[in-house]
Amino acid sequence: MAMTLAERILARASGRDSVSAGEFVVAEIDLALLHDIFAARVFDTLAEVGVAGVFDPDRIAVVIDHLVPAPSPEAAEVHQRIRRHVARLGITAFYDAGEGICHQLLPEQGHIRPGMLVVGTDSHTTTYGALAAGGTGIGTSDMVYALATGRLWFRVPETIRYEFTGALQPMVTWKDVILHLAGRFGSDGAQYRSMEFGGPGAALADMSSRLTVANMAVEMGAKFGMFAADAVTAAYLQDDDVELGWRPDPDASYEAVHDVDLSGLSPQVALPHDVGNVRSVEAVGEIRIDQAFIGTCTNGRIEDLQAAAEILRGRHIASGVRLLVAPASRQILLQAIEDGTIATLVSAGAAVLAPGCGPCFGGHGGLLAPGERCIGTHNRNFIGRMGSAEAEIYLASPATVAASAVTGTITDPRSMAMARD
Amino acid sequence: MVARVWKFGDAISTDLLSPGAFALDSLEVRMRHVLESVNPRFATDVRRGDVVVAGHNFGCGSSRETAAENLQALGVACVAAESMSRLFLRNAVAVGLPVLICRGIHDSFADGTGIEIDLAAGTATNPDRGITCRGEPLPAEMRRILAAGGILAVLRRSGDAT
Ligand code: SF4
Repeated sequence: MAMTLAERILARASGRDSVSAGEFVVAEIDLALLHDIFAARVFDTLAEVGVAGVFDPDRIAVVIDHLVPAPSPEAAEVHQRIRRHVARLGITAFYDAGEGICHQLLPEQGHIRPGMLVVGTDSHTTTYGALAAGGTGIGTSDMVYALATGRLWFRVPETIRYEFTGALQPMVTWKDVILHLAGRFGSDGAQYRSMEFGGPGAALADMSSRLTVANMAVEMGAKFGMFAADAVTAAYLQDDDVELGWRPDPDASYEAVHDVDLSGLSPQVALPHDVGNVRSVEAVGEIRIDQAFIGTCTNGRIEDLQAAAEILRGRHIASGVRLLVAPASRQILLQAIEDGTIATLVSAGAAVLAPGCGPCFGGHGGLLAPGERCIGTHNRNFIGRMGSAEAEIYLASPATVAASAVTGTITDPRSMAMARD
Repeated sequence: MVARVWKFGDAISTDLLSPGAFALDSLEVRMRHVLESVNPRFATDVRRGDVVVAGHNFGCGSSRETAAENLQALGVACVAAESMSRLFLRNAVAVGLPVLICRGIHDSFADGTGIEIDLAAGTATNPDRGITCRGEPLPAEMRRILAAGGILAVLRRSGDAT
């Protein structure tokens, strides 16, 4: 039977010839990811339930990324407990504070392969769909069950396919594309669904862009957000033997197929307090900002920092504006130091944070006061996400965020690119 | 049995249900901050057996199971919403918090009114107005985990451990 990419992955993981949307399966987990907010809790509970070991220490990754560097004695103590558990259980894929964000590190360090089924105690585990892997978030109790048994129940999701045609204009990015989809279909427009991104337009997207799009699939409620494996996947993994068969069957059945023309798209901005509250940058009006933030698992990669530097080169951020930059991994930071990107950003007035989540989830490192506004490259603008419940968060691409930092109001990056010509 | 309704709107996120700033705090601390940004009375005045009624996309956002756990610890007997995020639904099942997805529920109830929930039938009735909203009962696989008291209870019972 013809299957979508999600169905093929769940069929393989549950040892079945085929599965179809709506079925429940018990599937084997290829990789389980935990980060510092939940890892200690999960490992403690595992011990409480009386489970001495884990299903496979080589199929577990642990990353300390959210509270980095530890902003409080409590956070430091939690990190300590995680390190002890990791050593006790013999987990080898452990990334300590300062290495980077889990969703950057796992692809970057070669843990993700096409066709894998990956669960993580983090909603943005959908990111791995960029490499044709089925990645999805689960809670801590489900993770305890998964670590104990190596298995978990899944409902096979219906799939919505997005067929991209055309090519993006300069200064328009795949962040703008996924914001556009959230605006067009709503922040629950793919609830419980697998999103499959394809068509000639998608084939042009580089891996950094695919990671951005798959990352934000969950902002439309999706269980998975996937691109088929192709030459871009093989090039990213630097492996000619990578299994490129992980694509949907040609006559797979979809709940809906949406055509999206990339050529006419403008830079997009999500306004408070919903990721689906999206407008083209031209239609946003004059909005003053206090803080600009470039980073996160959505847009903290080298391409993103370079795009911001492109705008900020020879310019300075507006007075009264803070610009925070948090590279998504140490490797990215090093690359950005070596190619001069960091010098450009810092000359323009940026404060560079340690590789990690930074203020993205409101834990520390650049939170907002009541009445303040932040424009950032992250993925969520919910009330209270970055500090005060009376602050406002706007989401956009690195170029739009950089342009806005320069003027102090939300700004179309194309106007700055033109000013340069 | 008639329970009391606490009514909320659309897109009640996990950042509202379990704010990130208290992520590492104990359940006792986390419970005090549930939904404080939208209704500061909720966490102090909610009583055991009360029902949360909400609009679309309840529990959107993070995978944090504390969103469901906090509500359960406050005594909330059921969350009934127009639609629910996948992760909140999965976590509610995992911790054993009953949920009902039911179109039309938001407009059928006001804050503080009575509600009767029948999980097996997937219905919510407003006894004052004599109206019943019909939702989909949860699939049997999820109801089994709920009935057991959550996924950890299943794990303990089956001894399914390496
Ligand atoms: S960068 Fe933000 S969205 Fe990504 S894992 Fe960290 S807190 Fe979550």
